[in-house]
Amino acid sequence: MKTLPAVDVVIVGGGWAGLLMAKELGVRTALSVVVLERGGATKTADYADDMDEVDYAIRLHMMQDASKETATLRHNHSERALPLRQFACFQPGTGVGGTGEHWAGVSPRALPDCFEILSSTTKKYGKARLPEDHSMQDWGVTYDEMEPYYAGAEAMMGISGKAGNLRGQRMEGGNIFEGWRSAEYPTPPTKIPYYPHLFREATRSLGYHPHPIPSATISQAYTNPDGVSRPGCTYCGYCERFGCMIGAKAQPSNTLLPVIERHKNVSIRTGAEVRRIVHEKTGQLGQAKGVQYRNAAGEEFFQPAALVFLSSWTLNNTRLLLLSGAGDAYDPATGKGTIGKNLTHQVTFAAAMAFFKQPLNRFMGSGAAGIRVSDLDGDLLDHSTLPFLRGGFFSAESLTSRPIGNFGIVPPSVKATWGAEWKKASVDYYDRTAKIGFSGEHLAYRGNCMDLDPTYRDHCGDPLLRLTLDWHDNERQMAKFMSAKALEMARAMGATEVSPAGELRNYDTRIYQSTHLQGGTIMGASPEQSVVNPFLQHWQFSNLFVLGGSTFPQNPAVNCTLTILALTLRSADAVVNRYLKNPGALA
Amino acid sequence: MKRRHFLTLSATGLGTVLVYSLDNKTFSAVAQGQPVRIPLRFLTRTEALVVAAAASRIVPSNDSGPGAHEAGVAVYIDRQLAGPYGRDRYRYTQEPFEDGVAELGYQGKATPRQIYREGLKSLGNFLHLDAAGQDLALTRIQTSFFFAMLRQHTIEGMFCDPIHGGNKNLAGWKLIGFPGPRFSNLDDVDKHFGESFRPKVTTLREMAGHTLHPSEEER
Repeated sequence: MKTLPAVDVVIVGGGWAGLLMAKELGVRTALSVVVLERGGATKTADYADDMDEVDYAIRLHMMQDASKETATLRHNHSERALPLRQFACFQPGTGVGGTGEHWAGVSPRALPDCFEILSSTTKKYGKARLPEDHSMQDWGVTYDEMEPYYAGAEAMMGISGKAGNLRGQRMEGGNIFEGWRSAEYPTPPTKIPYYPHLFREATRSLGYHPHPIPSATISQAYTNPDGVSRPGCTYCGYCERFGCMIGAKAQPSNTLLPVIERHKNVSIRTGAEVRRIVHEKTGQLGQAKGVQYRNAAGEEFFQPAALVFLSSWTLNNTRLLLLSGAGDAYDPATGKGTIGKNLTHQVTFAAAMAFFKQPLNRFMGSGAAGIRVSDLDGDLLDHSTLPFLRGGFFSAESLTSRPIGNFGIVPPSVKATWGAEWKKASVDYYDRTAKIGFSGEHLAYRGNCMDLDPTYRDHCGDPLLRLTLDWHDNERQMAKFMSAKALEMARAMGATEVSPAGELRNYDTRIYQSTHLQGGTIMGASPEQSVVNPFLQHWQFSNLFVLGGSTFPQNPAVNCTLTILALTLRSADAVVNRYLKNPGALA
Repeated sequence: MKRRHFLTLSATGLGTVLVYSLDNKTFSAVAQGQPVRIPLRFLTRTEALVVAAAASRIVPSNDSGPGAHEAGVAVYIDRQLAGPYGRDRYRYTQEPFEDGVAELGYQGKATPRQIYREGLKSLGNFLHLDAAGQDLALTRIQTSFFFAMLRQHTIEGMFCDPIHGGNKNLAGWKLIGFPGPRFSNLDDVDKHFGESFRPKVTTLREMAGHTLHPSEEER
């Protein structure tokens, strides 16, 4: 293994979190920064030809190559885990920009009480109401502390939306249930296509408070505080699973790379697959020394660095810490150890399908142009007499109804699944069908966790990560309750037929839910309960930071990118303003 | 070298078709009433005919519009099977292969190529059956993994961009009113409420203005 010249900072993974940290350090310091990204380079020009459903949405051209590395999964600790042989229920990206290149752009803030879920739920309902096997915990950071960083992340991406709570003042038309915000959204809401428009009218008539989805597919041209300009969205509809061909959707490649390229102290090495965090430990405390990686030719290198940031997506962050022995692996039997605990996945499903008489023209839209209802989110419902805790939100989106993915969805009155009758109904309903989506909180449980798989290995010979994950009664009861509400909404929209969501049974790896997997290297206020402190610094290795969704103690219902970026900005502030002046523990 | 197989398609409604030969060179064939012989990449001629016939029962051509036959679904499937997808280039194929609960997805060792090869055999003398007999044969296997794959690939071949060999003459997109990829819907996205808006159908090649390389065309 060849030892390379030392650098000040090495960043593992060039997605949203890693490149944002690289950009912050590049702009604000003179440190030498190397980003190691195992995938290839990315240019906006690459996306001009990507509006192809087969190669991008079905063959998953932009996603991690499962043949090289995947994860295994089982529902409980007595089952044998089997590999996810193809990615389906979540879609990790690869290459510079990572999953941030192919996201849909939905960018809400988490509700304030999500950050203090354990204390606020216990206070209101008592300890006895918590699920017996929960492992919920507070984040160690409050919404008030997060607010400036949320504003910073929104400004960086130029998020389009409408405030519902401007410095405490209720603003009709926005999300009146959101936490206070210091400023209006950087750009006005996106255009609202016909189907979300129907949803807005119907839910308003039912007494809800519909509002535009905060969107990173921006409504008009915008220049961010770094001087990066992007055009407004043209509603081509190719967002999630695709890169934006014009750069209207904020992606690391069009929002961060232009700034990084101006700073010669930051470099990005592609084809560099990090296999270990190299560290020295004396007792409980230690120091990271750098990382070991393998290049595309299979050569191994040691890259020494004074400061290491791990930002290689939820699962790989957890896996690298476990493979490197950098911290104590979680043991669900004893509750001891922290790495791998609190695996959660946003509870996302089609709460109702609505079938209409009239055409919807659903080929026009964007990943985030749509309407959302948040009245049943967080703890807005009184859960005293309900069979579940917490909630989520409903949305009517305008992701293009691409033909392969949407042909064949027929009303419940049609029983055939192929042949003449099914074909006729599929043709008739292709542009007359839409879903009401629901995304709910996923509580953390002691048994939902990750460790290294004893059987299956990656292309380098290292063990795959093993996920033990299933839905619990809280999620199932929530799904049932919310589906009934969605059916009322669908009927109020004038749907001629509606079809309810099936029951939420066992976690299903075959159906796409979202790529919002969280936990494994969670943040918190104590080293006994968490891997990183509220500044995302490893409790045991003060020069090792972990960025991304792996730090969420549980799933806060909202799509996670904005919160990941806000936490990264907060961490960058702490590193630049405090750590670099006085290296050591920040908490 | 293995024997070269061709799928012969009736020229009715085909017009000019782009044909990819086995060595990946493309040429245009002008049908003009003559049947078009399309070189096959993976399937044998008989297999291709069974795939075409079965796909035509899944999405039949009838008074509700053209179906799998007009869209050239069999050509799409042949190319997918011949390409990296067909040999599981991107699937995790490390052993052991073990059965698990359904929610863990397909855990078999067989590649799509092998699944087709075996699955087509299970359809027996499919080509000699009448439509009702073919429907019965498909009904018998409709809970199999092969059938699920065939049904999914039939939909893909109906509605893919024509660069993949299916959706010939945009038959699929025209059938459902999908206009294909469009640079901009800015002026229309919040209009036409309640009425159908059906702009001219364009392909990715027309939109991009240059040659494209679908993933099944390995270079």
